[in-house]
Amino acid sequence: MTTATPAKARTLTMAQAISEATAQEMERDPRVFVMGEDVGKYGGIFSATTGLLDRFGPERVMDTPISETGFMGAALGAAAEGLRPISELMFVDFFGVCFDQIYNHIAKNHYMSGGACKYPLVITTGIGGGYNDAAQHSQCLYSIFAHVPGLKVVVPSNAYDAKGLMTTAIRDDNPVVFLYHKGIMGLSWMSYFEGSTNAVPEEPYAIPFGEARVVREGSDVTIVTLSQMVQKSLVAAEQLAADGISAEIVDLRTLVPLDRATVLKSVAKTGRLLVADEDYLSYGLSGEIAALVAEHLDSIRLKAPVRRLAVPDVPIPFSRPLEQFAIPQVDNLVASVRGLMNAKIY
Amino acid sequence: MDATAEQLLWMYEKMIEIREYEETMARVYLEGKLPPRIQKGLAFDIGAGPVPGEMHLAAGQEPVAVGVCAHLRRDDTVVGAHRPHHFAIAKGVDLDAMTAEMFGKDTGLGRGKGGHMHLFDPAVKFSCSGIVGAGAPQACGAALAAKKLGRDAVAVAFFGEGAANQGAFHEALNLAALWKLPVIFVVEDNKYGISVEKSASTAIASNADRAAGYGMPGVLVEKNDAIAVFDAAGAAIARARRGEGPTLIEVKTDRYFGHFQGDPETYRPKGEAKALRQHDPIPALGALVRDLGLLDANSDAALRERIVARVQAAYDFGRNSPYPRPEDALLHVFAE
Ligand SMILES: Cc1ncc(C[n+]2csc(CCOP(=O)(O)OP(=O)(O)O)c2C)c(N)n1
Ligand SMILES: [Mg+2]
Repeated sequence: MTTATPAKARTLTMAQAISEATAQEMERDPRVFVMGEDVGKYGGIFSATTGLLDRFGPERVMDTPISETGFMGAALGAAAEGLRPISELMFVDFFGVCFDQIYNHIAKNHYMSGGACKYPLVITTGIGGGYNDAAQHSQCLYSIFAHVPGLKVVVPSNAYDAKGLMTTAIRDDNPVVFLYHKGIMGLSWMSYFEGSTNAVPEEPYAIPFGEARVVREGSDVTIVTLSQMVQKSLVAAEQLAADGISAEIVDLRTLVPLDRATVLKSVAKTGRLLVADEDYLSYGLSGEIAALVAEHLDSIRLKAPVRRLAVPDVPIPFSRPLEQFAIPQVDNLVASVRGLMNAKIY
Repeated sequence: MDATAEQLLWMYEKMIEIREYEETMARVYLEGKLPPRIQKGLAFDIGAGPVPGEMHLAAGQEPVAVGVCAHLRRDDTVVGAHRPHHFAIAKGVDLDAMTAEMFGKDTGLGRGKGGHMHLFDPAVKFSCSGIVGAGAPQACGAALAAKKLGRDAVAVAFFGEGAANQGAFHEALNLAALWKLPVIFVVEDNKYGISVEKSASTAIASNADRAAGYGMPGVLVEKNDAIAVFDAAGAAIARARRGEGPTLIEVKTDRYFGHFQGDPETYRPKGEAKALRQHDPIPALGALVRDLGLLDANSDAALRERIVARVQAAYDFGRNSPYPRPEDALLHVFAE
């Protein structure tokens, strides 16, 4: 049989990519199973587990009670016995009810056992705002997980990366926190950035942790960012290009491990750094990246001070004008870069 | 203690008001959220329209709110959950300011900061939370304060049957019994926690049975009926006011809408919600108040008209109020 035209590359939403990676790993490894609230019949509130129940049945795709401490602790216990649980925390904001299991145990037990015990588990969780879900359902919080030693932290910006990173997460022998932004999952009920839906190969593939990706090359300024903000930065970079400003965008993809070399190389090239983050400004990712560059000023010559764009240390407000003010938008990115181009170092 | 004529009428009126409020919200919420006015390819846009974000409605669950709140005073505390409108209305939260909050307006209870899951009205000691299970210990704190301050006020925590599997619930029950707090835990068993049926989330059939494990009375109200709730709550609240400690009440109630508006409800048997509406508790109480001669057909109709107008006025107020200034996002992180 012949086909006249080559098949067009298949595109998936990020939600589909995550569930495909999960399904393929469940197929490959009978130790992998999924648990969480509404992951079964509902397929996950953000569709990260769609289709899994039909394929693998309720023994391997388990709806849990609303008992996050219970099932996060159970993930640890099952992982210690050699299973490979994927445990979904519906919204990252709910970490508050189960963080002891995560940061005092899941993160530390391997270390405290002197390497004797292993906890191969994945915590998947929805992050981000932009749809008026207010202060308890809109946070990013990846920096909190990255702050605690012992957790690998993955924050994809698109479907292709999400599949490869999810595969790596499931195969990793360490606890991995996999944070997907709701506004790039490609859901049919929430507006999203279409750049996040892209070509995804059918066969399984793994993307190594600790490799940032330069998603757009440029020469005037480096935007270091992640997750949905990558998509916003791409839109901003187009607008800036029209003004003759060439922005390079670095998508961190994983916070732990962090690809410091790619950040430093890009900033050394452009001499200007904007860190664009949807998490809170203070004591987080943007400060970490700024510090990294500051520590390398013996080998990098900056043309302007480092700029940070993040949520200005307020809870995410409900009302649309308030939320749009609090969460950095494309316009803020454009304005920040323009400001950087005019700024000088004395 | 039998409900007085005044209490019966109050419960009837409040149930109609809640229903009218929720049915109106179901319509208003959809404004601007459907094609073709949203991103191409979407079926619905949760962040669009005059009332964006998640929306959990309580139509069908009115008896729980009115049956309990009929016994409460202004200085009693109510802590609700993510589905809070019925409790808020029954506790006497300012309807205009509550509605304006859901429109994200500067005249709202939280000046647009909170939204529908985060309503705070200190004037009537009402608050709620979007974190499942969070309210139960908070109600213990209010009850503890009443005790310490020598007041005979009580505190009520309302939450769903799903929340009764949260650690916070179990810790709160123990605290309340240990400290003999004037607190009443009211579990609304509407059969579902989002898509998960109670039988798939909870190892025993009735949360009321759990009360024994903490050393407090547990009462199961098997009927979604205002008077049945009123009776159970009356005894529990009187007990609490006498300083005899907490009670757990579970009420079997019905959720007419989806978990949130826009819920595809694929987990629910077709026609279930419609069938539940056959046992609507509002006409049932209406029949009773008319049988007792408290209302006739004319005064009933006039009552409804008045309520519809009041609810409409609240929506008009919310819709027509101004938005906060964007930079007001920076206000209220700390008390001045
Ligand atoms: C700690 C926490 N976990 C999960 C959720 C997500 N969630 C919101 S409502 C809900 C179901 C709650 O069920 P129930 O307590 O029965 O209340 P109902 O919605 O039926 O009124 C869930 C799981 C949450 N908001 N908070
Ligand atoms: Mg419920």
